[in-house]
Amino acid sequence: MKFRRFAILVRQTSAWRGWPLAVAVVALALFPHVGGSFYVDLVLTTMILSIFALSLELLVGRTGLVSFGHAAFFGIAAYATALLSPSSQPPSLAWLLPAVVAIAALAALAIGAFCLRARGVYFIMVTLAFAQMTYFVFHDTKLAGGTDGMYLNVKPLLALDGDTLVDLRNPRTFYYATLVLLVLVYALLATIGRSRFGHALAGIRANEQRMRAAGFSTYGYKLAAFTLAGGLAGVAGFLHAVKDGFVSPEILAWHQSGAVLLMLILGGIGTLRGAVLGAFAFVLMKELFQSEALFGAFAKHWQLPLGLAVIACVALMPKGIVALPTQLRRFRAPLLHAG
Amino acid sequence: MPAEILLEATDVSRRFGGLLAVDCASLTLARGEVHALIGTNGAGKSTLVNVLSGEIPASGGSVRLSGRDVTRWPQPRRARAGLGRSYQRATIFAQASVFENCRLTAQAHCQRAYDLWSDATRCSDATRAAEQAIARANLSAQARRVAGTLSHGQKRQLEIAMCLATAPSVLLLDEPLAGMGPEETDRMLLLLEALKPGHAVLLVEHDMDAVFRIADRITVMVSGRVIATGEPAAIRGNADVQSAYLGESVDDAPQAAAID
Repeated sequence: MKFRRFAILVRQTSAWRGWPLAVAVVALALFPHVGGSFYVDLVLTTMILSIFALSLELLVGRTGLVSFGHAAFFGIAAYATALLSPSSQPPSLAWLLPAVVAIAALAALAIGAFCLRARGVYFIMVTLAFAQMTYFVFHDTKLAGGTDGMYLNVKPLLALDGDTLVDLRNPRTFYYATLVLLVLVYALLATIGRSRFGHALAGIRANEQRMRAAGFSTYGYKLAAFTLAGGLAGVAGFLHAVKDGFVSPEILAWHQSGAVLLMLILGGIGTLRGAVLGAFAFVLMKELFQSEALFGAFAKHWQLPLGLAVIACVALMPKGIVALPTQLRRFRAPLLHAG
Repeated sequence: MPAEILLEATDVSRRFGGLLAVDCASLTLARGEVHALIGTNGAGKSTLVNVLSGEIPASGGSVRLSGRDVTRWPQPRRARAGLGRSYQRATIFAQASVFENCRLTAQAHCQRAYDLWSDATRCSDATRAAEQAIARANLSAQARRVAGTLSHGQKRQLEIAMCLATAPSVLLLDEPLAGMGPEETDRMLLLLEALKPGHAVLLVEHDMDAVFRIADRITVMVSGRVIATGEPAAIRGNADVQSAYLGESVDDAPQAAAID
């Protein structure tokens, strides 16, 4: 019975909507074999940011909660990774990753419990305020190196009976571990989207008052979503810390919260694909405008063209990259009739 | 045999700053009865419905639901205990199908939010409740349609269906006939008539023809106060009600006196 359901699920999802996803995963898996190391590193960064964007998508796209402080959980997890790692021996992935995710989720539970008392623009401002507070905790205290940041001494690995199964010090292994985590986070969020919890969150986004009138205690739902999103942002924060081997307060700053929101807006709010596409679009645009080969000395003012490009994207694709095919079809239809 | 009282509001008040929107209003709703709540604009009808449903807390008085004091209960808990309501403005989920609208509200009784792995549409309790509610509201033919594309009358029917899907014993309906044509009104009144046996219905309504056609009891509110409660015939003959609400008799009174 279970298997039949699974078979139906596979048929429904993969035969139809799933194939571009499968192609994307295969392309990402093959990329290290064809791409140069600079580009492989870029894709790796983007995959980590994709996980971050996906975690925010659960709040913004699914539940309708626009958080402007999501970098707090990304940063808390990154710092937790650095602080929990022992100085000489490599820590085990088996406890470090769950511990880091749990810390990020607990932080989200505590912060969310306050923030979710506010609504609309007040919610946005309160999440920003909490994230900035977190930023200054790491920036102004000697807890983790202050403004200098801190190094991750040894990267974690997963060993069983003395045999190393996953060694994140190996860049290739780290790339695939990130890809696996990206696929898992995506699959988890897709599953949640189909569940009762996910349907209730969608109802809260559409009309919270109606959901309360039906009998849903919406606060608990929103807090659960906020906690889960914080935990998943923690996965991205963990990967970020391990990749760079270094954490600094900048990863908690509001720029980071703003950047991840921009990724969602670029990709298209409301779909998981949009979050991933948005992360890729954002990183590629940033990389493009930072390129000295293309822009010469002007490349150091990359924020300016990036900002203009984002404005252009939002103006031309108000529903994001995911809606582009539909938009093009609509655009072409009248032309075909005219011709 | 006295009817079974399902909802009982005693001396309910609601204050907004200096404004006493509802002033010591009392009301009882019995199973098998349509109880109409009428009054001029700003009389406090919607505020009273909001206090009864738990959407806003009462400033004073008590609300009992099936014999239990629910005055301090938040709205979701009252809803799960059988208090359903519809809204003056349609509050359907416009992007979802008619079926999903009802399935989602029915899910309130089998929330199981922790079960992230199973498909929401596989919960047979919720799907059955949704199908029944859609059938009762005569929307079976529209079940697969996107709710936002329904006609105005059908949206109001859907609003009722969403309420029914939560299996309520008390229905608080805030102007379900607003903006409806004569045919749509007839259809809605037939629906309310069909719901009467199993439910206690509170009907807030401006359409007096409809109210006198369907109501078993009528309560009249003026400036936050209940000025009369009784059977339609008694309300029609009540001098206070006529002067305050029905008869425009403030202006008419001298002329009426002159004719007499």
